[in-house]
Amino acid sequence: MDTTEKLKSRIAELEIELANEKSKNAAPVRQKIAQMSSEVVDSNPYSRLMALKRMGIVDNYEKIRELTVAVVGVGGVGSVTAEMLTRCGIGKLVLFDYDKVELANMNRLFFQPHQAGLSKVDAAAKTLQAINPDVEIETHNYNITTVDNFQHFMDTISKSSLKKGAVDLVLSCVDNFEARMAINTACNELNQKWFESGVSENAVSGHIQFIVPGESACFGCAPPLVVAANIDEKTLKRDGVCAASLPTTMGIVAGFLVQNTLKYLLNFGDTSFYLGYNAMLDFFPTMTLRPNPNCDDRYCRQRQQEYQAKPKDITVAKEEIDDTPLHEDNEWGISLIDETVPDIEDTSATVSSGVRQAYTLPARPADPEPEIVSTETSGPSLEELMAQMKSI
Amino acid sequence: MRQMRLFSSRDSGLVSELRLVIMVDESTRKTLSSIPLLSTKAGPRDKELWVNRLKEEYQALIKYVQNNKGSDNDWFRLESNKEGTRWFGKCWYMHNLLKYEFDVEFDIPVTYPTTAPEIALPELDGKTAKMYRGGKICLTDHFKPLWARNVPKFGIAHAMALGLGPWLAVEIPDLIEKGVISYKDRGDE
Repeated sequence: MDTTEKLKSRIAELEIELANEKSKNAAPVRQKIAQMSSEVVDSNPYSRLMALKRMGIVDNYEKIRELTVAVVGVGGVGSVTAEMLTRCGIGKLVLFDYDKVELANMNRLFFQPHQAGLSKVDAAAKTLQAINPDVEIETHNYNITTVDNFQHFMDTISKSSLKKGAVDLVLSCVDNFEARMAINTACNELNQKWFESGVSENAVSGHIQFIVPGESACFGCAPPLVVAANIDEKTLKRDGVCAASLPTTMGIVAGFLVQNTLKYLLNFGDTSFYLGYNAMLDFFPTMTLRPNPNCDDRYCRQRQQEYQAKPKDITVAKEEIDDTPLHEDNEWGISLIDETVPDIEDTSATVSSGVRQAYTLPARPADPEPEIVSTETSGPSLEELMAQMKSI
Repeated sequence: MRQMRLFSSRDSGLVSELRLVIMVDESTRKTLSSIPLLSTKAGPRDKELWVNRLKEEYQALIKYVQNNKGSDNDWFRLESNKEGTRWFGKCWYMHNLLKYEFDVEFDIPVTYPTTAPEIALPELDGKTAKMYRGGKICLTDHFKPLWARNVPKFGIAHAMALGLGPWLAVEIPDLIEKGVISYKDRGDE
């Protein structure tokens, strides 16, 4: 009898323990919300965003629910970018990456150690969906630069919006030149607006660049731009490492990227065509880059012609000249210095103060088109050459 | 091994053409000048033109391997799938009279030849910091400007001579010294 009682009380203990454990795992799940509300209550995840309307910053914030953004590269910058857009209530995200989460990524934001080994897109989708179930998330786990995947990438960009059309914006958050050029090629062909973003390999500078095919310089119009790091090159030791990274720089660049994405998509403020960041000096150069008429990419040249043929909507800026000083007295002599450099066309190495091209290229002929192609009809066939190579 | 020091001491500066020539040592320069230059600017999405480019690639590679054999410096073999989009083969490095051999592979990116192929040695992935994911070798700051200036004249053979060759010369002795790779690993050779 005694043992039965003991067992009964033990069962009761275990049941309580089990209930406790269960409650730990059963995290409260936020239900989907059909309509963005501006009601200010603790339970409304959109109240502070909708407040942007009341404050006159954004005319129609709810529009974000209809928009689709593709994020290519879900690493240090891309994952944070995706999280910001998710929290902002973007309609749909399309994520591309072929990498896995590694413990070596833990100096960056977003991913957590228990996700190591998972594909970045799957791990990200799960977290993002939990943060905001209203966002539709589509994932693609492949390398966009290979021939097999590139066509699928182009098709996805042009058909994956909520309305089954082209996405509203592509954000490049990749970490290599090849992938950036692949995105550039696709977006020039598809006439797709996109943002390029990047953080330098020494982790102390970064940039974003808005590319409107035909209107602003494409990524292939000139050698990549580099924000001067102001580091004595002799003291920059690169022995034994490929790249350094900081969560700070990546977070800042992701912030710049999403801020300009929101400004463009929701039509408020001015969208920067180029915004650089030099962490050593806290210097932020901005500028506009015009396309190169001799760009190597023929679709870029085609878009330029289309853009030039298009009648420009002449929006004469209503200049409200307000002569009255903002502050009557200026006891401390505080003044603002304009650091922006307008419209840069020069392709010399130094593009703007603090920004230069990564390298210079030899001058190309004005019209690079007619290239004499040696059809090689005489020589050995490709099959013969392949066989010859094999037999060496 | 002057090449080793030159390629490992990396500065991320704007490098003038002149300095690049100096950066590449005499033997590399000689090697480079004996590899035929290519002329067709076409990538794997360019159907017929790509076939022309592929022929040029194979002709340059055959010449380069023959040159290497002729100068007793044979160090790699490569072949491709029939579309010429995926390449694979072997490379080897002699150290203290022992031969260390590795599998090589890379895809031809859609943006080739504007962007160079990213050569990978998958079996060394995770063994050295001078690699990106998947065993893609980490090239010096000199490689990309040099490549960009020579589009479309440089091909796969040039990428091997300027990219993988110097990388092996710097990294393999270092990895052997650190005990990360040992001769026994490839005892079948």
